[in-house]
Amino acid sequence: MAEVEKPELVTAVDEAALEATFQARVDAETRVEPRDWMPEKYRKFMVRQISQHAHSEYVGMLPEGNWITRAPTLRRKAALLAKIQDEAGHAAYLYSAAETLGTSRDQMLEDLHSGKAKYSSIFNYPTLTWADIGTIGWLVDGAAIVNQVALCRTSYGPYARAMVRICKEESFHQRQGFEIITTLAHGAPEQKAMAQDALNRWWWPALMMFGPHDADSPNSEIAFKWKVKRQSNDDLRQRFVDMTIPQADYLGLTVPDPDLKWNGETGHYDFGPIDWDEFWRVVKGDGLCNRDRLDARRSAHEDGAWVREAALAHAEKKRAAKSAA
Amino acid sequence: MACSIPLPPPGHPRKYPEMGGREGGEGWNRRQKKATPMNASADHNDALFRYLLRLGDTSHILCHRLGEWCGHGPIMEEDIALTNVALDLIGQARLFYQYAGEVEGKGRTEDDLAFLRPERDFNNLLLVEQPNGDYAKTMARQFLFDAWNLLLFRALERSTDARIAEIAAKAVKEITYHRRHSSGWVIRMGDGTEESRTRIVAAFEQLMGFTAEFFHMDDVDRQMAEVGIGPDLESLRDPWMADVEAVLAEATLDWPTATWSVLGGRHEGRHTEHLGYLLAEMQSTQRQFPGLNW
Amino acid sequence: MTTRKEWPLWEVFIRSRDGLHHKHAGSLHAPDAELAIQNARDLYTRRSEGVSIWVVPSARITASEPADKDSLFDPAASKVYRHPTFYTIPEEVTNI
Ligand SMILES: [Fe+2]
Ligand SMILES: [Fe+2]
Ligand SMILES: [Fe+2]
Repeated sequence: MAEVEKPELVTAVDEAALEATFQARVDAETRVEPRDWMPEKYRKFMVRQISQHAHSEYVGMLPEGNWITRAPTLRRKAALLAKIQDEAGHAAYLYSAAETLGTSRDQMLEDLHSGKAKYSSIFNYPTLTWADIGTIGWLVDGAAIVNQVALCRTSYGPYARAMVRICKEESFHQRQGFEIITTLAHGAPEQKAMAQDALNRWWWPALMMFGPHDADSPNSEIAFKWKVKRQSNDDLRQRFVDMTIPQADYLGLTVPDPDLKWNGETGHYDFGPIDWDEFWRVVKGDGLCNRDRLDARRSAHEDGAWVREAALAHAEKKRAAKSAA
Repeated sequence: MACSIPLPPPGHPRKYPEMGGREGGEGWNRRQKKATPMNASADHNDALFRYLLRLGDTSHILCHRLGEWCGHGPIMEEDIALTNVALDLIGQARLFYQYAGEVEGKGRTEDDLAFLRPERDFNNLLLVEQPNGDYAKTMARQFLFDAWNLLLFRALERSTDARIAEIAAKAVKEITYHRRHSSGWVIRMGDGTEESRTRIVAAFEQLMGFTAEFFHMDDVDRQMAEVGIGPDLESLRDPWMADVEAVLAEATLDWPTATWSVLGGRHEGRHTEHLGYLLAEMQSTQRQFPGLNW
Repeated sequence: MTTRKEWPLWEVFIRSRDGLHHKHAGSLHAPDAELAIQNARDLYTRRSEGVSIWVVPSARITASEPADKDSLFDPAASKVYRHPTFYTIPEEVTNI
């Protein structure tokens, strides 16, 4: 994904024609590739979306990383390490995909660190017990999978390819989480209570992961037009609820929603209203962990600067020595 | 003072002074019994059990330290690399703990051994319990260990104990890679920038004194060496020093000047104060909720 | 901190099994070729996806221009005689 666009000189007329051709190709389900002409707005939109997604994978390592050192068994510890490692991999794939659009990873990280760029707000919630680790795998990775499967056919080629790879890896994440929760839900009373408490805390934030109602989602229209997304936030959320409730039933856990009930007419579960005020409060900074998450990312980057510089300096010395020889 | 081991600078004859004989101590954790004709095989089993715990503990504690880096590394590619090393180590630890549990024959599982033993019963190397510090300290610790561990496991591949030989055969491939990764970083840091050089030099000064434990034999080690289960650790010293010297040379670094050295963890469960906190955290879930499945 | 230089980008190609071509897997950042190989191993072969790795500095790749697509690739479309189905062989003739 080396390709970075070349500056092109186009007149306004050309621009309109190019845009028409671009849209026709998108409509014909032809993937957009890095060096293809694309509207500047599309480029910006994709950089924003892909980098936000990358930031979410990267920041998403932190709440689960919080339990690596306290995982209760060696088997769980190994699985958790492997899972979090995958998330770093996902971040790397996604940053690369965004880089093909001409924005450097450093630039994207700087936007993250300055607070300019967002990441999924779910990661601003704390992991308080081991059950949170199971619940994150089950619900958060579960919701992410629903979102990401939908993105495997997104119009930008490198993003779609990254999604295909990520989706393959994600299924183990959800299963390891569900296995943890199953063990707890079917375990001792205090374990079951732990599982229920985690579900109580993570259920609504997980539903919020699909984003605001489409009517309140300013970018939805353009995203559909460019085939960046193909299903509405509400449709995906509904699919997630429909998939997840039977799993909660199997576990004998109760979703914290008094309005939740099966609707035989629609063939879906009806669920209660989402507290969007809470969502926006957390997005804007009032989550328990917003500051900790950003501090962790910033200091890792700052503390690592000398390491990255040393490696470059060494490579430079080697190159110089080689060309002198 | 008995175990002050000044390491010679490169080019000097590579020889440690003989180390003080502390290994006979009466640490309460020591399972070794005086061999009597009656329980010679029980004695062998005890020694083997202890030997396996040392291997398992060392792998697990280092895995744990590397796990602390996950999500906090200098660049995401290194997060991934370090986690891979951690995963190899935990895999090795589990195999040793499982075998140890079988040898002991009291029905203890890998998790019982990892999560329910107290600090004084842990027999990891002191080196691997040292806090991560900066990336230089983590890489210096890793390289000193990897270089030794590779030699150890190459020897264990030839163990007369088929199970150990099998574990080692798999692990040698992993450790070969670990050494490649960590030695590369030592070289990049030593021959990188002024800052990286200062940091890696400081790291080796802080850590070299813990390597005395690599080569120090006690009764358990001798017993294992006698029956060909493990190597004479003393025999690893020359090849280890040669390897470390070569990498330091490529990193344009001198052998550390620090002359102190300590023993205690691997043989006697006498640790630095860092291990207690590590274990308190690591064992907290199991300790808060005793006897449950997870 | 933007003044600091980023590790360069490398393209990674993986041979998934002996007997197959190396195939583009993605890209990564590394300061040198050795670490590029190591990072590629950890990033793209964690699930036994490979037996061999190539890494190439992204900056060293020359790619064809998308604008040249028509002139580069369309002319091949009319050369149907390059395909075996272009030729008529009597039905009674076999093994050809
Ligand atoms: Fe994720
Ligand atoms: Fe992910
Ligand atoms: Fe995931």
